[in-house]
Amino acid sequence: MSVFSSASSSPVSLPLRRSSPFDPPAEYRQLREEEPVSRLAFPDGKVGWLLTKHQDVRALLADDRFSSDRRRVSSPVRRFPIRRDAPAMRAGSLIGMDPPEHTRYRRMLTGYFTVRRMRELAPRIEQIVSEHLDAMERGGPPADLVPAFARPIPSLVICELLGVPYEDKATFQRCTSTLLRLDASEDEISAARDELWQYMLDLVAAKRRHPDSALLGSLLQTGAADADLTDERLAGIGQLLLAAGHETTANMLALGTYALLGRPDQLCALRQDADLLDSAVEELLRYLTIVQFGTVRVAREDVEFAGQRIRAGETVVASLAAADRDPVQFPEPDELDLARPAAQHVAFGHGIHQCLGQQLARVEMKVGYSTLFRRFPRLRLAVRPDEVPMRDDMFIYGVHRLPVAW
Amino acid sequence: MDRDRCRGAGQCALTAPELFDQSDDDGTVVVLDEQPPVALQEQARRAAALCPNSVIRLIANPES
Repeated sequence: MSVFSSASSSPVSLPLRRSSPFDPPAEYRQLREEEPVSRLAFPDGKVGWLLTKHQDVRALLADDRFSSDRRRVSSPVRRFPIRRDAPAMRAGSLIGMDPPEHTRYRRMLTGYFTVRRMRELAPRIEQIVSEHLDAMERGGPPADLVPAFARPIPSLVICELLGVPYEDKATFQRCTSTLLRLDASEDEISAARDELWQYMLDLVAAKRRHPDSALLGSLLQTGAADADLTDERLAGIGQLLLAAGHETTANMLALGTYALLGRPDQLCALRQDADLLDSAVEELLRYLTIVQFGTVRVAREDVEFAGQRIRAGETVVASLAAADRDPVQFPEPDELDLARPAAQHVAFGHGIHQCLGQQLARVEMKVGYSTLFRRFPRLRLAVRPDEVPMRDDMFIYGVHRLPVAW
Repeated sequence: MDRDRCRGAGQCALTAPELFDQSDDDGTVVVLDEQPPVALQEQARRAAALCPNSVIRLIANPES
């Protein structure tokens, strides 16, 4: 007799339809209660697994029997593989690496993103935030908070940190936006990837001629011995950090503001108690979990996991958004409660790949939210809530626009 | 401390800054106080629970 129960029902598709702007699709709750390790049908026709419990998601992401190799996983939302481009273009993209290669890259980069270093950036971030809010005040009301505030701030900060010229933002913002669109064709993805790749290669070549002290220039001079940093690998690192650095925080800033404007009681508490800011940021990360389709791993071998047998080569989707609404971990999970101890959330993932830039994101959010609400005590939506266009169509959730007045 | 497992996420330095810091070279954990006073033990427990790679182990001091 097998000790494993086999998931009996037919495979589900990844839940995509939200019934409210801030809650993940309702099917996740039912799955978590009835079949927390469920069979999942992928758009490419393969069948794998979907995890919806906090405990299982954390266990998967800390389990070295599963690989992050992006060439071997099925995409939960696209018909074509996450990556099948040339090896040179994947070099340096540590998100898809396993140890020991991943460890070398991660160690090389983490010193640039420590809690202490990120706190040292706070004054510069405050300056950038103030300049943008000054400009927003001069131009309005109303204003669209996305281009006025949420998008430029993290973009400028990551550009300065990496040593990428912000003037080139039209190029890299267009490319990363295409890469994150659910309905982009494989040709469009491929073209955007090629363009961003060529842009980064040119930039790295320029840094070799004129080294600077920002991250990419500094790696050129100091990191080469450890990881044999070719131009391709550096370009891969730059591409990943640039995309990750400006899309994620941008959406947290805008979506978090939208969520808080709809909860005047919580916003009022935050304004009156500066000590609430730390837990407020963790709670917004949990409540909104903007990596809305979760993260993926592939079994290297046949694995017993949470009472199921996962076969070698099967893709497992860890639903971060479902895990962060698990009532076992977070009582009353669908309530936004800024005072909640929410730090166990998996919005940044878990295990060895947990977000490299998380301490930067935290500082950007703390400075961003607190300055915005201090500068504009009467900030409000300039449209009806149902007129705010949501990013259901993007890998990273958020708002496309957020018209506000004050 | 299982430093080989550390990937420098910084959860410990964020949660218990009087007990943990991070190396400037590779971001891995640096222990500032191996025998935290009672007042900081809750912070130490939180840091251990939040560590994404289970690097931090807490050992009860038999004398306390």
